[in-house]
Amino acid sequence: MDSDLSPQDKKDLDKFIKFFALKTVQVIVQARLGEKICTRSSSSPTGSDWFNLAIKDIPEVTHEAKKALAGQLPGIGRSMCVEISLKTSEGDSMELETWCLEMNEKCDKDIKVSYTVYNRLSVLLKSLLAITRVTPAYKLSRKQGHDYVILYRIYFGEVQLNGLGEGFQTVRVGVVGTPVGTVTLSCAYRTNLAFMSNRQFERAAPIMGIIVDHFVDPPCGSHRPANMGHPCNYRAPDDEDGGHYAGVQDSQEVCTTSFSTSPPSQLYASRLSYHPPTLAGAADLCHPAANPNQVLHAVREGGVVMVPAYPHGTDTHLTAEQAPNTPGSSGDDDGLLHSDEGRSVSPYDPVESLNAFTRKVGAFVNKPATQLTAASLDLPFAAFAPRGLDPEENDPMVQPPDSPPCPSPLQASLHSQGSEGSGQQDDFVMVDFRPAFSKDDLLPMDLGTFYREFQNPPQLASLSLHISAQSMADDLDSLPEKLAVYEKNIDEFDAFVDMLQ
Amino acid sequence: MNCRSEVLEVTVESRQVEEAMLGLLHTILMHRSTGKFHYKKEGTYSIGTVGTLDFDCDFIDFTFVRVSSEELDRVIRKAVSEFKDALSNSGSDGMGQISLEFYQKKKSRWPFSDECIPWEVWSIKVNVVNLANEQERQICREKVGEKLGEKVINVVEVINRHEYLPKMPTQSEVDNVFDTSLKDVQPYLYKITFQITDTLGTSVSTTMRRLIKDTLAL
Repeated sequence: MDSDLSPQDKKDLDKFIKFFALKTVQVIVQARLGEKICTRSSSSPTGSDWFNLAIKDIPEVTHEAKKALAGQLPGIGRSMCVEISLKTSEGDSMELETWCLEMNEKCDKDIKVSYTVYNRLSVLLKSLLAITRVTPAYKLSRKQGHDYVILYRIYFGEVQLNGLGEGFQTVRVGVVGTPVGTVTLSCAYRTNLAFMSNRQFERAAPIMGIIVDHFVDPPCGSHRPANMGHPCNYRAPDDEDGGHYAGVQDSQEVCTTSFSTSPPSQLYASRLSYHPPTLAGAADLCHPAANPNQVLHAVREGGVVMVPAYPHGTDTHLTAEQAPNTPGSSGDDDGLLHSDEGRSVSPYDPVESLNAFTRKVGAFVNKPATQLTAASLDLPFAAFAPRGLDPEENDPMVQPPDSPPCPSPLQASLHSQGSEGSGQQDDFVMVDFRPAFSKDDLLPMDLGTFYREFQNPPQLASLSLHISAQSMADDLDSLPEKLAVYEKNIDEFDAFVDMLQ
Repeated sequence: MNCRSEVLEVTVESRQVEEAMLGLLHTILMHRSTGKFHYKKEGTYSIGTVGTLDFDCDFIDFTFVRVSSEELDRVIRKAVSEFKDALSNSGSDGMGQISLEFYQKKKSRWPFSDECIPWEVWSIKVNVVNLANEQERQICREKVGEKLGEKVINVVEVINRHEYLPKMPTQSEVDNVFDTSLKDVQPYLYKITFQITDTLGTSVSTTMRRLIKDTLAL
């Protein structure tokens, strides 16, 4: 118990646990920002990198974590939890995972605090880095954008896992024994990503701490109105005067980077003195961002995003429609924290875009737009719900529509089967070509025409039978001559091969 | 002291071999690397900082974290590339195993050479399959990504048992425990070897030992 622990060890242990908790929150939140993280190794210790790992401190996240801890430490019965949830542009939210930092009563009295505990906490943080990329929420967070965003909430006290739905899975990141208890880090994640009704969320407590201006000037109060959109502009700590959050300086407190190889009685030989926060010297966040002020940019440009189904759960597909806007123009949606407004800036008709993008059954199968009614789109998580079957009268597989006239060199082709011929409706089912990403309008679809024409290209002249037979005979005749030439130049070939090796 | 041995098994398509191996080897090495040691007077040392970076695989729906060290990445890529070439040269549907062994050196008196004593060996068994069409490949991308995620969880579980680790060495002994040749990080001494089994499985058609990291090249 505490009586066995020297005051210095107790003080160190408390500090280690406190900063471990803060770093844990940073790792989890940064892993859900939607961007790849990159920090630099440094051979010289800076004195500000706790656990010898380059983990940048986002000041607001540290502030939220400290607020949740309120001066306490994770202890027995007092867990620190980070809840990650998804919120759609329609305002519905769904809890995805809960990370728990807990302490149990199992003590390891013989363990050395300053060395073993510290190093094991470092290993545990590395494990956390690895595991945060493996849970299902990671892929969702990498694809957040206009349709949904990923939010976080930190709380202290009892672990709440009710919001994760049925069948949630748990993964244990690791444990570290200390003289006052065993630190355990684990994650419970949702596996059932099916449709959830609106009513469920009206009763639940609103998620707090989702400060829209996460990456801009620090707020005067702790909360801002949810509908206040701001460009997501994370300023590197150098640009701030550093005075808004006392926590910033606090986090740069002395961290033990000195270890001893001497006998156990000599725990410390030296300590680094306190350095004023040289935050530029701290872990550089080397994002491949065009604009250094938009380091935590989350919107992905263009394209369609399909999120695959996850194990143990649904066979529905999550879709996140991405507007074609460039990040610059839709800056208000960026980053981890998001406005509550449904800022859908897509120029496309949502029915049509869902029609074009949300089916995995063949890019060229035509399903009528009427299948996805406006009513169904009003339902939250409509895209997540399994789609109904086509009514038969609308199914082009049963009643093929007329094919457009298509003059082509197909007629002369050896392989011409007239596959688009309307006279072959007995043998073939007409599939109206809708190439992916093409517009559904009245103009002739050049892309479709292109596909049709070049699906059955004319036979290459050199491959036609009578010509190939002739050339084969010629080849055989000329073979001895060619062999003689090659044998003469054999040295040249050998030299060439040697050069390649 | 017994050497700890862990076996991981994966089934992948041939183009996924490289990234799958990189993912698992880098995950293990990240846990088994520290910052550079700087020894000071009075028998103390300080430790440098290890950076990390995310790597998105191209052929697998998988992202892994590795240590920010281009030197280390080059060494691992070279080993994995040789393994991949050996696998593909052995013919289709090959099977192979790549091993990452952490060891300590024990100085012996002349004329005996130093002993390498392994304390942890990770063996990754690879089974390569060929797929017929794009749809199967797409499913394989996702499935292999999930499988690798499970393997990462297995790795983390083993490492967090906090079983035997070599004692922190004094300055004179540091090269017996750590690989100090890299300028930015310091992994424990390790070597990567591999062997290939052909599809017949009756005999090992080629057994190649590549000692990528053998500081005993005397």
